[in-house]
Amino acid sequence: MLDSLVGALAGLGVLDTSPEMLALFVGFGLVVGVLFGFFGMGGSFLVTPALLMLDYPAPVAVGSGMAFVFGTAVIATLKHHDLGQVDYKLGVIMITGTTIGIEAGRASVYYLESMGLAGGVISVAYVVLLGGVGAMVTRDALTGDGGGGVDHEAADKDLDEYEIPEIAKTIQRTVRIPPMVTLRGDVRVSAWVITAVAFATGVLSGFLGVGGGFIRMPAMIYAIGVPVPVAVGTDLFEIVFSGGLGSYLYGQGGGVNLGIVAPLLFGSALGARVGSAATAVVDSDEIKVYFGGMLLVGSIAVGIGEVGSYLGNSTLELLGLVLVIGAAVVVAAAVLYTTITSLRVTRRTDSRSTAD
Amino acid sequence: MAGLEIPTWDPETALLIGVILFEAFVLYAGYGGLERLVGPYLMDLVVGGDSSAR
Repeated sequence: MLDSLVGALAGLGVLDTSPEMLALFVGFGLVVGVLFGFFGMGGSFLVTPALLMLDYPAPVAVGSGMAFVFGTAVIATLKHHDLGQVDYKLGVIMITGTTIGIEAGRASVYYLESMGLAGGVISVAYVVLLGGVGAMVTRDALTGDGGGGVDHEAADKDLDEYEIPEIAKTIQRTVRIPPMVTLRGDVRVSAWVITAVAFATGVLSGFLGVGGGFIRMPAMIYAIGVPVPVAVGTDLFEIVFSGGLGSYLYGQGGGVNLGIVAPLLFGSALGARVGSAATAVVDSDEIKVYFGGMLLVGSIAVGIGEVGSYLGNSTLELLGLVLVIGAAVVVAAAVLYTTITSLRVTRRTDSRSTAD
Repeated sequence: MAGLEIPTWDPETALLIGVILFEAFVLYAGYGGLERLVGPYLMDLVVGGDSSAR
């Protein structure tokens, strides 16, 4: 019995990973989980670049990143289902578009890999993506717009209180190609708008191995007009299916390494609980500027790693890796420190008022 | 593996994805149970209980 279990695990690649790497993946998963649970995004931004810098082939880095996103989405969907924040009709419509998009992205990775360009092109895409999203989050944090990541106040509102953004109303009025679909929150929109949003974000997911929530969620809110809490829950629900299928396709080509995915998931599931609980104590807007800074540092780090790889300079590659992991560790530590400090202050205040 | 593909049945890959799905369910239930069991104790330890607050 034990022999067959060990044999099955060996066949899936778990035993190929050294204990040091398993510990590194559990720790990195913990950090990534805290960030995902607290900011509502960024769960996979750093995983694929880190794997690329650890010299994993591009299909393994992207495929394992996607399988990690799939596992994370399963856990988060279970939670959002309990909170009644999943629009299953919207999710099912999106699954088709996202799945085709993911497959198109995956085919592009293998095509580039056959030309020996995949690692470089994906790294450059990450530099642009992390830099762009990082700049956007930092700007919003500094100007107090609260953009980037999940708006926890909006997410806690009732669906009746939710107001559809003007741009979504305009799209709903102008694009009326049948079939029209009625979604939760009395949103009526063309199924083609939903499919287009799903396909575009699916390509991104399949190409980079990310969940794509940082683009899909704003797209669902501003292009389709979905209430914020439903956008979060539905995004995760549909990633379970599209990400599951994408992982399956990558897995068929040997692109999913369970020795990477299992420890990452083990750490991130715990981290996500801690990060999610911290949102009840600390306003994420207060430390969002660090999150934006982390993405910008991540962008620079991937750039340094890629230059190191191009020049064959292992020191630069190591520096890039240390910067990516270090930036994530610093921001996750800032989240935990601020949470614990706030809790201690609250508890002292409560104790004093009880004593009085 | 380049080019668009229609998924075909592959037991080993299905097992791989099944293991990740199973791990996700176990972690959701396991960490949930753990949080209820040791959560309050850990909070007291990290934040400091009433005695240390005073």
